[in-house]
Amino acid sequence: MRIGFAKGEPLKYISHLDLARTWERAFRRAGLPVAYSQGFNPRPRFQIAAALPVGVTGRAELLDVWLSEPVAPEEVGARLRPVLPSGLEVSTVEAVALRAPSLQAQMRAADYRAVVHSQEPVESLRGRVQTLLDAPTLLRQRHHKGQWQTYDLRPFVQTVAVAAGRGGESVIEMRLQASPQGAGRADEVLDVLGLSLIPHSVERTTLYLEFDK
Amino acid sequence: MNVEEILDLILPTVAKPARYTGGEWNSVVKDWEACDVRWALAFPDIYEIGMSNLGLAILYDILNCQPGVLAERVYAPWVDMEQALRAARLPLFGLQSRRSLAEFDVIGFSLPYEHLYTNLLNMLDLAGLPVLALGRDERHPLVIAGGGATYNPEPLADFVDAFALGDGEEVVLDITAAIREAKQAGSTRETLLRQLAEIPGVYVPRLYGVRYHADGTVAEVRPAVPRAPMPVRKRIVATLPPPITRPLVPYVDTIHNRAAIEIQRGCTRGCRFCHAGMVYRPLRERPVDEILDAVDAIVANTGFEEIALLSLSSSDYSQIETLVRELVSRHGAEGADSGPGHLSISLPSLRIESVSVNLMEQLQATGRRSSFTFAPEAATERLRGVINKPISNDDLLSVAEEVYNRGWKTVKLYFMIGHPSQTLDDVAAIVDLALEVRAVGRRALGRKAQVNVSVSTLVPKPHTPFQWVPLADEADVRAQQEYLKDHLRGPGLKLNWYNYQETLLEAVLSRGDRRLGAAIHRAWELGARFDGWSDQFKVEAWRQAFRKTGTEIGFYTWRPRSLDEVFPWDLIDVGVSKEYLARDYQASHRGETRLDCREQCYACGILTAFKEQRAGSPAEAWGCPPLGPS
Repeated sequence: MRIGFAKGEPLKYISHLDLARTWERAFRRAGLPVAYSQGFNPRPRFQIAAALPVGVTGRAELLDVWLSEPVAPEEVGARLRPVLPSGLEVSTVEAVALRAPSLQAQMRAADYRAVVHSQEPVESLRGRVQTLLDAPTLLRQRHHKGQWQTYDLRPFVQTVAVAAGRGGESVIEMRLQASPQGAGRADEVLDVLGLSLIPHSVERTTLYLEFDK
Repeated sequence: MNVEEILDLILPTVAKPARYTGGEWNSVVKDWEACDVRWALAFPDIYEIGMSNLGLAILYDILNCQPGVLAERVYAPWVDMEQALRAARLPLFGLQSRRSLAEFDVIGFSLPYEHLYTNLLNMLDLAGLPVLALGRDERHPLVIAGGGATYNPEPLADFVDAFALGDGEEVVLDITAAIREAKQAGSTRETLLRQLAEIPGVYVPRLYGVRYHADGTVAEVRPAVPRAPMPVRKRIVATLPPPITRPLVPYVDTIHNRAAIEIQRGCTRGCRFCHAGMVYRPLRERPVDEILDAVDAIVANTGFEEIALLSLSSSDYSQIETLVRELVSRHGAEGADSGPGHLSISLPSLRIESVSVNLMEQLQATGRRSSFTFAPEAATERLRGVINKPISNDDLLSVAEEVYNRGWKTVKLYFMIGHPSQTLDDVAAIVDLALEVRAVGRRALGRKAQVNVSVSTLVPKPHTPFQWVPLADEADVRAQQEYLKDHLRGPGLKLNWYNYQETLLEAVLSRGDRRLGAAIHRAWELGARFDGWSDQFKVEAWRQAFRKTGTEIGFYTWRPRSLDEVFPWDLIDVGVSKEYLARDYQASHRGETRLDCREQCYACGILTAFKEQRAGSPAEAWGCPPLGPS
């Protein structure tokens, strides 16, 4: 069963693992028969397409869940909606073939929309975006398993565009790679643009799977 | 910027920001303006620990069920969040409304252990409130504290306006009513405090004066106003109120990320070191059917995949096997007749003598096989006679064998060092016993068998038979810990031990008096907080605070106390009489044991103190015998 959902403001600080557990418990409250993995420590079978960074909301997230008995998609949605915490909404439910490749393996890219509360003219922001796109490499530091590593952000950035928003806000839309080979982070792009310390909100608006191409 | 905007800048920079955002499933949202008594329920440790505290969850439920009353939670912000809050000048806030604690009518702190005292001061300060009770007035919330550590409230007398002692379920409503009345009447804080002092179970420290002897011991504690009771007797509920069935479901992975139901309160065993075993008397059991119905509701309302059957000694619950069998058949992995199934059941405290093979097999059926924990506390039968925990090594070994045979790989053993009359032989026996358990494990599982030994140091606690016992001194404890470290190494063995300096602080605060307030205040000013966290514990701040305030550590810890000494906590009556404690302490010198007091009443004082509650309860509901004709 593939579920399209939105993770909103109230839940944006919940980590990926915590979100997975939130789904498991919501399914239990809904009384939906989730299938368990085999083995020594059976786990309910869930898979979320791509981890959403802490602090980012998601409008079109995807979750696969395996049920142990057939339940109509409409019923899955109807039973889930009343037991979801505020900040979690189900938009679509559809049955998918059991043999379909995993969501995580199909992930290719994602769109992010950042609203930046800066008074900076859009033109000057555009200039910095162009510099970013023109750069052959964007070396960044990241903390991984207790040590700092250098990596290149540039190959993960597919497009970045700037538009004027309401009341002096700027809207930055970007498409970043998000595949099993690696994923770009929106907050890193904002940091390169010098915007990370200005109040802003980021939403992931679209996920692109392999077959969407 | 408003609070939300500030938080959006702060939260991405701190660890686990969801600690500070609330909104958990089953959290209660009430209209601020429509409520006239607003409680902030404060737990002075991090979210992950505070959310696992059942006491606070019960009060949250009770208060929010009242019309016109609102209760929000607040936990101690971790050091990164504290820094961020101070930098942004954002006051510490209630999780739901995001309003400053200063806007609430009352802040109720839960204090299960002494290491939280500096965090209490810090949370008040983070809300912009004066930390000293006398520095606060009608403009400020009332500060109330309760919980296990407050049975000796004196070290916090400078900071807390009133203490609620004993079971909180009823007294919290009495306090709410008094606050409402005072608000409506426009009473002064002084009037409100005097009214609170008349509620059974409430202690208002500023209404009492303490006189000391030249040697520093207490000469007399006397109420300064006529209507303040002396002593202050703790409150109890005659029967346990219905369990909460809509507990909060956290997003963040808390230390006990599971549902919990209290199957009984109190304990009938009488281990002489055990604070909880004395102060939570009498034993009151919850009926099996009530538990089963509640678990059905909890599972449906929360989706938790684990339930803990809480009690000071779960395996002593009279119908434990029936209960677990029925839970497994209703909610186990296979054959769940209703609900999602796959519920694992945990019994956090099992006694060696009451764990049956049957019970083990049922627990095994719930599928979880992590470890099995037992607390022999002492390794020789002689010393177990002294501490009144009479189990035999043979029983322990045969239970361990059954455990390993059923596939559990790890047995955890809890011991204490520093018991009165303990010798090096008793310490060496811990090693021997751990090795024997490992040998038993290896016969069942080969080299996969694991024994984890945890050795803490006895901290003599108020209101226990060991309240007269000196704390073991540092050189001895360190030598014993070194011995254990040298001898408990090798495959399949793991040893946990505790820093003596942390034990020492707990010991000072446990049997402290109100003069310690100055040291606590100074230590907090010097940066002490999260004293229970080894990585945060600032021993130098405490040393300096004790020095600057002229606090003699030895007076509170290593000093022998005479049987007729008046203790600072004697003004709190927990129901168990001081005469009984003294008799039991003397019995410990003779190695005399007192078995389960359900079998035979030793007249600890509870039945005298709570005669009326006993008379109003069914015979089988209490561990104490029904009252005879008088």
